[in-house]
Amino acid sequence: MKSLTTAPNPSAPPRVPQASAPSPTGRERIAPLLQRHGAFAVLVALVLVSSFVFPSFGTLDNAQNVSVQASFIAVVALGMTLVIITGGIDLSVGSVFALGGVLAAWASQYGFWAALLLPLVVCGAIGTLNGLLIARAGMAPFIVTLATLLGARGLLLALTDEGATTYLVPRDSAFAELGQGTLGGFGYPVLVALALFAVGGVVLQRTSFGQSLFAVGGSADAATLMGLPVARTRVLVYLLSGLLAGFAGALNAARLSSGVTIIGSGMELDAIAAVVIGGTLLTGGAGSVSGTLWGVLLLAVIQNLINQIGSLNSSYQSVVSGGFLIVVVVAQRYLARARRT
Amino acid sequence: MAPSEAALATPHPGADGAAPPAVLEAVGVGKRFAGVVALDDVSLTLRRGEIHALVGENGAGKSTLIKVLTGVHRPDSGELRLGGEPVSFARPHEAQQAGVSTIYQEVNLVPMMSVARNIFLGREPRNRLRLIDFPRMHREAADLLAGFGVTADVRRPLNTLGVGTQQMVALARAVSVQARVVVMDEPTSALEPREVETLFRVIEDLHSRDIAILYVSHRMDELYRICERVTVLRDGRLVHTGDLAGLDRTQLVSMMLGREVSEVRRHGVTQFSGAHDAAREPVLTARGLSRRHLLDEVSLQLRPGEVLGLGGLLGSGRTETAKALAGALPLDSGTVTVGGRELRRPSPAAAIRAGISLLSEDRKAEGIVPGLSVRENIVLAAMPRLSRAGVVSRKQQDRIVRIFMERLRIKAAGPEQKVEELSGGNQQKVLLARWLCLEPKVLLLDEPTRGIDVGAKAEVQALIDELAQEGLAVLLISSDVEELVEGADRMVVLRGGAVAGELSGDLVTEADLLGALAAHPSEPPAPASEPAVSETPASEQPACEPPASGPPASEPPADASPSAPHADKEQP
Repeated sequence: MKSLTTAPNPSAPPRVPQASAPSPTGRERIAPLLQRHGAFAVLVALVLVSSFVFPSFGTLDNAQNVSVQASFIAVVALGMTLVIITGGIDLSVGSVFALGGVLAAWASQYGFWAALLLPLVVCGAIGTLNGLLIARAGMAPFIVTLATLLGARGLLLALTDEGATTYLVPRDSAFAELGQGTLGGFGYPVLVALALFAVGGVVLQRTSFGQSLFAVGGSADAATLMGLPVARTRVLVYLLSGLLAGFAGALNAARLSSGVTIIGSGMELDAIAAVVIGGTLLTGGAGSVSGTLWGVLLLAVIQNLINQIGSLNSSYQSVVSGGFLIVVVVAQRYLARARRT
Repeated sequence: MAPSEAALATPHPGADGAAPPAVLEAVGVGKRFAGVVALDDVSLTLRRGEIHALVGENGAGKSTLIKVLTGVHRPDSGELRLGGEPVSFARPHEAQQAGVSTIYQEVNLVPMMSVARNIFLGREPRNRLRLIDFPRMHREAADLLAGFGVTADVRRPLNTLGVGTQQMVALARAVSVQARVVVMDEPTSALEPREVETLFRVIEDLHSRDIAILYVSHRMDELYRICERVTVLRDGRLVHTGDLAGLDRTQLVSMMLGREVSEVRRHGVTQFSGAHDAAREPVLTARGLSRRHLLDEVSLQLRPGEVLGLGGLLGSGRTETAKALAGALPLDSGTVTVGGRELRRPSPAAAIRAGISLLSEDRKAEGIVPGLSVRENIVLAAMPRLSRAGVVSRKQQDRIVRIFMERLRIKAAGPEQKVEELSGGNQQKVLLARWLCLEPKVLLLDEPTRGIDVGAKAEVQALIDELAQEGLAVLLISSDVEELVEGADRMVVLRGGAVAGELSGDLVTEADLLGALAAHPSEPPAPASEPAVSETPASEQPACEPPASGPPASEPPADASPSAPHADKEQP
């Protein structure tokens, strides 16, 4: 080994202006597109093909049917999208959905506003509790929302005497009309869901709050150091998720004219599946509201198609949805790698 | 500041003119974490428009002081003054509002968001409907970045840009908030030389606009090049503050380390001693390692008892070569032979069994398991050897851990302390211990001293030396040219994934290596070819005259020449 020799300082390197980064490769360009619009493309293809194959699929009647079915889960999935973009998860939405329905059905005897506001207040409170425990107490979202999943379900059973009591929505009331009325053939729930998605899209893409969701999910530490209100953003996002789940439950109760206690279990997983299929990364930091809408519709269409194929047991719907989910997640992984390199 | 390097910053008139007023002051600041004193009565005055260096070893309290100044932590005692008025920042946001911006060591932006969004997060331009005005945002972001020499599309996600460009984006964000003070925590640690130049130009511009800069770096050259004053911290206390120009490098280092100047001189700052005896058969032979886009026919030999340096710029294939040798990079072609036996079906497990250990360059991501204890981290790779029928002997573990903690002087509260609580240098030693307890034949060290403080760096370097003397074959990768030149017996220089040349002999200087690294088609390839190809490894004979006071002959007097190497990085 040589000894310490004095080394002349390297002469000042030439001042080269900073070159721009290399222009994106084809794959780099396609990856985000696929991520964002993959579900949409598959949905369009599936709908087109099915319209030819199954005569009963391409009818307006069926479209109305499918869209109403999908509208409730869509509203739940909207809230879930926001939560997942921040890097969190909300497992409580299924229970909160059912609780919202029962509360709305019970309160509907006191009028339209009571039926609408009571579930929002209670479910909003549950969402806020989730948010506070996660953002302020630093607990894991999975655990916190698992606890409120159980809690909300228990509350629901207590309210209904373990499911023995079923509260009915008075027939012909304004609240029942909210769930059952139609405009241009499409049920009010569909229109409400679409309106919520429109608002959600603008909030996510065009407001500071929306940007901070991406920042928190992309890198919470960076967001903190940039001076963003990270804790407040987290609380708000779980509050919104609770509100939307409760509202979807109320809408569903209005449609069914009663608060059904057994619905909503496993709904959180369907919502998560729809969100992920829609291109939102489970790890947070990227995603879109429109993607979730396509994800929800895709799952709804698959279910509808399996019903159309009379010979196929409807249990296979979950198998198909699950298989599709795996395909999407594998594709996401591949795309994520393509973007990194 | 050294006159020859005065090209960049023009210091404010210090001697004749009155000192400019203070913008940001910390007065007698104290901070404790869980009873441990991080800062003890530290004061720092940042004057308007000055470039102020903040130095100290890791754990000296630099980061804590920065975090107190920028509102991440609140001081337990003492106060902050902004423009003479006492202030208190509850959150980073408040500090930013008050004009104190920070660029953290690791880029602290959101990787998946676009460049423009990152710059304007939290203060996006809005249109009449109070919605974000993206066209305006993109326009302003592009204009802003143009001033930093970045011309990339601002709509692209940040993580599609190079690290240097990302650092520029962080800088642009920090500066665009009407900053009066910009705090830079090791801004150049991830930059390429070219990007460092751009950064310095930006700093010069900020300087001319009377923005005060607090500059934290381990790289002495940078400090002496751009900074006017310096504050030295050690063990959470203020050691020195004053002009940098009159301060000798050795003095500065001795203040950081808390050692006598004479001691620093005697030991130098790198701890490599003489050459190693390594004339035997190679223990490891790699032939024609190739992998599309990464490696092109890389061949090298490693003999027991020698330190082979692997030189090259970022992206030249250094890390890839090490990974290929360790079985962690699938190859298109090429063979690795250890002790005469070829590794078939290379995998990390096979390489470890054959006696090859790789100390990864990314300590956090590929090295330590932060939540596990020192003991668990050390025995992790040795698990298969320490266990019988799947049951791990705790007694044996404890014995090995005790031996290595002593031998490597790992400073921890005990073997059960979590590794994440240790300093970077000690984490690195834990990793070294992990590989050494496997009793490897070949040790591949990828940037073993990156990001660790001067003291720990010297210890790690001394250890590498010791290991080679004991007959281990060591492959040393380092961006620190000085470390490479002093540490290695022989050097293989990579460029563009292929071997560009081999340097050996005691006449290899940093200039030779720099020439080989930088050899560019447009430039004459200077002494890059081979300055001295000698069959015998370097002799112990020093290349410069021994100092009068008579310390070990291999060290020159540190103050003999203004450009005497120190423990900083000399980058081309």
